[in-house]
Amino acid sequence: MKVWIPQALLSYTDQRKLVEAHGATLAELLTDLDRRHPGIRFRMIDEQGGLRPHVRLFVNHDDVRQLDVPLRATDEVHIFQALSGG
Amino acid sequence: MATPANGSVGVFVATRKGAWILRSDGARRRWDLTGPIFLGHVAHHLVLDPRDRRSLLLAARTGHLGPTVFRSTDQGASWKEASRPPAFPKARAGEPGRVVDHVFWLSPGHASEPNVWYAGTSPEGLFRSEDAGDHWDVVPGFEQHPMRIDWAIVDPKQSTPDGPILHSITIDPRDARHLYIGISGNDGGVFESLDKGLNWKPLNAGCMAPAVPDPYPEYGQDPHCLRLHPLAPDVLYQQNHCGIYRMQRPASRWERIGENMPKAVGDIGFPIVLHPRDPRTVWVFPMDGTDVWPRTSPDGKPAVYVTRDAGQSWQRQDRGLPASQAWLTVRRQAMSADAHDPVGLYFGTTSGELWASSDEGAQWSEIARHLPLIHSVEAAELSS
Repeated sequence: MKVWIPQALLSYTDQRKLVEAHGATLAELLTDLDRRHPGIRFRMIDEQGGLRPHVRLFVNHDDVRQLDVPLRATDEVHIFQALSGG
Repeated sequence: MATPANGSVGVFVATRKGAWILRSDGARRRWDLTGPIFLGHVAHHLVLDPRDRRSLLLAARTGHLGPTVFRSTDQGASWKEASRPPAFPKARAGEPGRVVDHVFWLSPGHASEPNVWYAGTSPEGLFRSEDAGDHWDVVPGFEQHPMRIDWAIVDPKQSTPDGPILHSITIDPRDARHLYIGISGNDGGVFESLDKGLNWKPLNAGCMAPAVPDPYPEYGQDPHCLRLHPLAPDVLYQQNHCGIYRMQRPASRWERIGENMPKAVGDIGFPIVLHPRDPRTVWVFPMDGTDVWPRTSPDGKPAVYVTRDAGQSWQRQDRGLPASQAWLTVRRQAMSADAHDPVGLYFGTTSGELWASSDEGAQWSEIARHLPLIHSVEAAELSS
């Protein structure tokens, strides 16, 4: 399925804003995304499995906070990162 | 390095917005500034491996993207991210787990272990890599130590402004198993291991602790920076929150050599720098620790202080530095020495100025300005 990548993570996808990854759940999709683009998952998910601050994951138009949410093949995943600070 | 170096020198600068490198020939009169490296990343420490003079590690944090380590094998021309950056073990279900906020300190391992590096993090974690910084594992002897939760603060809100840190990872050049670390938070102190990190014990006798009823507890001190002399590894110095100290092993008691500083200047600061060949010569950058602790140059008149007799007396070195109205702050990693004769000294400020002396502090000049807030400055020999 389609995964939209935010600007701050484009260095992991060879600057591609739209990539492919698969999984029956959001957690599985992020694991597959990391297999295709090593290191990208740890930028979003910390070592305890928590979403890093200011990272937002959307399945289609739904803001998702739990990684065990099921996915369908037609879903699109959008990753956003709200960077802040001076 | 018993023989003075005379080749080219690099000064590796990590800032709140990326990293820069300055290079000069052995004369150290003209400097070429290159960078930025990873502009916008919070860079805490950029360290050249003295064992090959080619490999660099950069401790970075990218905005909200979490901590990582970048690696270069060509003195900074190209970079790769660590395949497994420092991260705490996953907690068991129902237990709170620790999350690395940022990698703060990098130390190359012992000369006999060419691919080994250590990293210190916030919150306080000790990590080790055995493949030149590509994969990192927590040092379990510290992480699982029954006293770790006492030595390392639990509530980051009660800690140092950027979070509690493990720093000053120091390896005895005679013995790869003999390690020292510093921990700064509301608790902390200097700790020693004789078995490569399996077991640890506090090493704080004689050193004052801030903000506790007993001024000399077993632990709870705040070492800002700990240094061991490479040619006299029984000599330790530390710039502490509560003064400047020296220890001569096998004794295990700190002596407050900062008492011999001028009273109007005091002995509060963050970095401490050792002469590469003379264990009796040490430089500090005093900051104002009076009243509400502005931690700027006392009276707005910046100066380095040097002792050449192991702290019995101190001399002011301010030629070339601003004479007044200069409120400089220098962080614990932001002062360094090269290995030339005379020794070159370097310090960076939180206002983005980089100052250098090629004559052991007698004369200072500004070699870079307008950089972001400087976290660390590491001078290193680029060639023999």
